[in-house]
Amino acid sequence: MSARGLKITPITNGTVIDHITNGLALEVLRIIGAQTLDKDSTVSVALHVRSNKIGWKDIVKVENMELSPRKVNAIALIAPTATISIIRDFKVREKRSVDLPERIVGVVRCPNANCISNQSEPIESEFELTSRRPVILSCVYCERELDDFLHHLA
Amino acid sequence: MSLHGRDLISIRDLSREEIEDVLAAAKRMVPYAGGAKVSHSLDHKIVAMAFFEPSTRTRLSFEAAVQRLGGSCITIADASVTSMRKGESLHDTIRMLGSYADAIVIRHPNEGSARLAARASDRPVLNAGDGSGQHPTQTLLDLATMQEAFGTLSGLRVVLLGDLKFGRTVHSLAHAIALFGSDIVLTSPPALGLPAQARRQLEHMGAKVREQADLHEAIRDADVLYVTRIQKERFGDESEYRRVAGSYRVDASVLADAKPRLAVMHPLPRAGEIAPEVDSTPHAVYFRQAALAVPVRMALLDMILGGRKGD
Repeated sequence: MSARGLKITPITNGTVIDHITNGLALEVLRIIGAQTLDKDSTVSVALHVRSNKIGWKDIVKVENMELSPRKVNAIALIAPTATISIIRDFKVREKRSVDLPERIVGVVRCPNANCISNQSEPIESEFELTSRRPVILSCVYCERELDDFLHHLA
Repeated sequence: MSLHGRDLISIRDLSREEIEDVLAAAKRMVPYAGGAKVSHSLDHKIVAMAFFEPSTRTRLSFEAAVQRLGGSCITIADASVTSMRKGESLHDTIRMLGSYADAIVIRHPNEGSARLAARASDRPVLNAGDGSGQHPTQTLLDLATMQEAFGTLSGLRVVLLGDLKFGRTVHSLAHAIALFGSDIVLTSPPALGLPAQARRQLEHMGAKVREQADLHEAIRDADVLYVTRIQKERFGDESEYRRVAGSYRVDASVLADAKPRLAVMHPLPRAGEIAPEVDSTPHAVYFRQAALAVPVRMALLDMILGGRKGD
């Protein structure tokens, strides 16, 4: 991160989610379940930060947590420009952009209220990636397409 | 690829070549469907009919198809008498049925239910209509009807009339028409137009799709007029249903300007969309369409489940 990154204090261990689409940091916090974190963990949020890459962005830093693949997929859907850095001993050990897999399970709900995946069946929602740009998913059960992910997070 | 042991959930599960194979097999099945020849293809096989929604034509033609092939059926015709009333999931019901039968035919009010059934059971599952989703066997018999009438499925102009929003037969059929390179004309009440997603998919396949609200204009150059019923059960609100019902009707005056060979099709049951006076014209092929249900479903069952051939 550049000198602007100093607006948020460094963390010893944890995850930095950078280049979040401006205005969506609170959604990202909801996805990662920040309210369920260890009571000694710090969560830092920066809203509306200048970015050379995407104009304006949000940043979320969470101490002592690494994200599950499912949470990474959810972030990738609502903020496809996001990057995720894993910090261990103050150092960036791994940095990657979020990348959607061909099949997305249990992350978003089908927009079709009459879809069998929205009834009381012992199954999880499941979508196939039918287009990457723009991102369009298709329900494997009812074949309905979904491109509004923010309002359909599971 | 062989259809043996496979599910049929969506018309998209079949390639153009596979559809052609089914239609050719259906043609060969006609004498068996009429009882002139005897088949033992499904001898000692049991097919479960899991109908969680009312059906006459689809269920009876599937049952007839199984029996004409020498097999037998076990049937759920009324979901209210099953354990699902006690809260059993569809998943568990289908899994149980799969241990009693060699294949499962399912109709259910929820979209995607047939795909769930296919995952719940290792037996082949045939979708006989899932909510306003897919109805692939209806599409196959629609195609068989068109092929019989015109000798081809390519280069036709097909008008889809009526409920293009909720009508499950239309979405499957439009896909197949596009696959064979025929043109599609959409004629519907404004509230019941083809969903944008469905239209996008057709255009993506290279189909020529246009809207024509005026029915007289739409059928002027048409080869096929495919009429659908406005389905009362798809409306939450009775008054909305009444408002759109009856907003179109095919009668002798509508057909006056049509090509002599225009084929009028309807998946039936009709509810006033086609006047009885049309029945006696050469345009009416909807009863032939209903009759082809048996050989088409026989062909599918034979290809998916069949063994020993007939006489």
